[in-house]
Amino acid sequence: MNSPLPPRPDRRTAIKWMLTAAASTTMLGRVGHATTSPTESPAHPASTATTAAPVTAAGYGTDPDLVKTYKPGDVWPLTMTDAQRATAAALCAVIIPADASSPSAADLHVHDFIDEWVSAPYPDQARDRPVILDGLAWIEAESQRRFSKNFPGLSETEKTALCDDICFTEKATPQFKQGAKFFARFRDLTASGYYTTPQGMKDIGYTGNVPLATFDGPPAAVLQKLGLA
Amino acid sequence: MAHLTSRKTQPRYDVIVVGSGAAGGQTAYTLAMEGVKVLMLEAGRNYDPGQETPMFQTNGEAPLGGTGTPDKPFGFHDATIDGGWSVPGEPYTNASSDPKRQFAWWRARMLGGRTNHWGRIALRNGPYDFKPHSRDGLGFDWPISYEDVAPYYDKVEMLVGIYGTNEGMENTPNSPEGILQPAPRLRAGELYAQKHGKKIGVPVIPIHRAVLSQRQDGARLAAKIHPNNPTAQRVLAQAMSERAACFWATPCGRGCAIRANYQSTTVHLPPALASGNLDILTDAMGYRVLMDDNGKATGVSYIDRKTREEKTVSGRIIVLAASSAESVRMLLNSKSARFPNGLANSSGRVGKYIMDTVGAGLGGQIPALENLPLHNEDGAGGGHAYVPWWLYKEQHAGKLNFARGYHFEFGTGRGMPGAGTSNGLEWLTGGSYGKRFKEDSRRYFGTFVGFTGRGEMIPNDDSYCEIDPTVKDKWGIPVLRFHWKWSDHETRQARHMQEMGKAMIEAMGGRIRSQPKADGSDAIEPGGKIIHEVGGTIMGADAKTSVTNQWCQTWDVKNIFVTDGGPFVSNADKNPTLTIMALAWRASDYMLEEMRKGNL
Repeated sequence: MNSPLPPRPDRRTAIKWMLTAAASTTMLGRVGHATTSPTESPAHPASTATTAAPVTAAGYGTDPDLVKTYKPGDVWPLTMTDAQRATAAALCAVIIPADASSPSAADLHVHDFIDEWVSAPYPDQARDRPVILDGLAWIEAESQRRFSKNFPGLSETEKTALCDDICFTEKATPQFKQGAKFFARFRDLTASGYYTTPQGMKDIGYTGNVPLATFDGPPAAVLQKLGLA
Repeated sequence: MAHLTSRKTQPRYDVIVVGSGAAGGQTAYTLAMEGVKVLMLEAGRNYDPGQETPMFQTNGEAPLGGTGTPDKPFGFHDATIDGGWSVPGEPYTNASSDPKRQFAWWRARMLGGRTNHWGRIALRNGPYDFKPHSRDGLGFDWPISYEDVAPYYDKVEMLVGIYGTNEGMENTPNSPEGILQPAPRLRAGELYAQKHGKKIGVPVIPIHRAVLSQRQDGARLAAKIHPNNPTAQRVLAQAMSERAACFWATPCGRGCAIRANYQSTTVHLPPALASGNLDILTDAMGYRVLMDDNGKATGVSYIDRKTREEKTVSGRIIVLAASSAESVRMLLNSKSARFPNGLANSSGRVGKYIMDTVGAGLGGQIPALENLPLHNEDGAGGGHAYVPWWLYKEQHAGKLNFARGYHFEFGTGRGMPGAGTSNGLEWLTGGSYGKRFKEDSRRYFGTFVGFTGRGEMIPNDDSYCEIDPTVKDKWGIPVLRFHWKWSDHETRQARHMQEMGKAMIEAMGGRIRSQPKADGSDAIEPGGKIIHEVGGTIMGADAKTSVTNQWCQTWDVKNIFVTDGGPFVSNADKNPTLTIMALAWRASDYMLEEMRKGNL
């Protein structure tokens, strides 16, 4: 869910909300992955099941340096292959392309964030790892099947044709259900990575994180629009 | 901040305080400012919020966009160090394998404990909250009334700095004039909830939180807090002058480098150390209370976490302020031939009647908040408004199927994006991606609201802790085993929370994401998840049925006090920290008086 609660009621509530929201919206994908056997999902490439070997690195521990700035790869090694990264970057650019106001997710290296995510030694991320890596393999296989090209090499029209079949879990036909679950999770991670960059925060309309002498509440235009003036 | 964490301690102190959070901090503060020599033991490491707080770091600068992990459950930048619902090498157990019968125990191993990351919501208990049994026949009455505690609420609020307003609502006490800090203006979504809540009779009022909305007037406050004690006044006025007002950025859960919010490490410990009367030992894991042959406590043994040796310190008075369950654990681990069931346990009630807060909620999306003109809504790093319990009369008249109240905390607006921002939008967008997804993200950002219920749990015979007969932690200390059960009062209340959350979202013209659960036991958060752990050493008027008297002094051993949440005999929906501090101050005043009289 779209940051349903910024840290407002209190930090705990906020995080719990975020986790609850994330869990409720991604449960399908996760449960789907955990319970789906290849026979239930023809689109699921059984041959790629081994791409998602679990990571063995250590986490950042219970007392990391909080003041430091981190980038993907700083704490645990990234594990995507060059081919997986190329597919991920291309898909990032499809999900969040450049427009008049901001660059694309690929321009901001959000695929590095996704690589960090699927390479992380924590349970939530370990559950996402096969969803994402198997999904990237599926996208490539589907791209070859339809267009005899790899996904990054497709034209915009071809990319759109493929993504239109998997962009809405609820409406996806049975052969694309698994692909749609992957796409939903990948889109969420792309948004998470993109909207936590300075450009992404600005693009979505976040204007805070600056010290103020006073907190003046909503401006008159806002109150007016809400019928509160 | 000059933290004295010398390992060269004095041979003997007036008072040993185990724990450095809200209870330990307040106890040490009150005693040290009056000239009492105090040694504080803290199980975790030293911590300096001035140097270690990530104040303007964005989530993008943290691993995984700052998302919570088992190492940092509340997110990477959360202040908690070496803590969470599990602490490596320091297990606890549950008697039942049924998740609904388990208790999850949050600990933080750091100076200041859980006060470093808490939500800063600081609500007074009201008069009803001290006499719940008299009102509905359930649970227990406290041996004290609101009037006994009110002067201490005043003092804590002045010392700590609490923003809020006086609304004069039922069982929601006003503070005397000149005590509260000005409340920050409500955000757009908070005002919108206030307007539309009225349609269904739900009040939305400014919340009380432990954040300075303006600098403290140190000289005036210190004179009121410490009359007739010029030294204390000088030390406190100086400490207050070192605290800045909130600059309306950075979530409070990260802690506060400018000391605008309350943490034990920003408010209690600096003046207590400056008084020259407090020594602090960190990395000192409290183990047992030491006794002499006459049944008097003489000191405390602890494990030095650096050397793993068991060491001892001695004092005239022993104060357990280690968190209610940790204090229970120390009492039960101090058993001897003379005290075969654990210390101070002649009533058999040590560990009994542990409580948490009932938690449940419901979220949704409010179309009216879409595409509002951009503005900075960070505010005080937490809520500016809340819904106090509003159905006292209906409940008292028997019109509700549960006995006690709750309040709603809620958040709105465009807060700092994190991992999770613009996630799970399919139900609103039909699965957009590409340029339309960017437009949808801008449109929906900051339009979600979640009503989070926080309610009163009634103490029951099935919720308690004891020493596990076999399991020990890495220090060799026997661990706690928990037993837990919600009663129908709590699960029905949780269901009501979700129903009313839905009603609020719909009153605001919003859409809910999921329906309320039909069974409240599916809506309620597991025990311990709200981290309002209280009870276990309940106070009372009768030594046969309680562990401490009204002064938090154990009936069985006069020079042992428990000043954390342990003596709570009920757990009102109001978050417990403010009351823990008020009762710790009151207990410390009693210790001072008894020491002066020569009784201790």
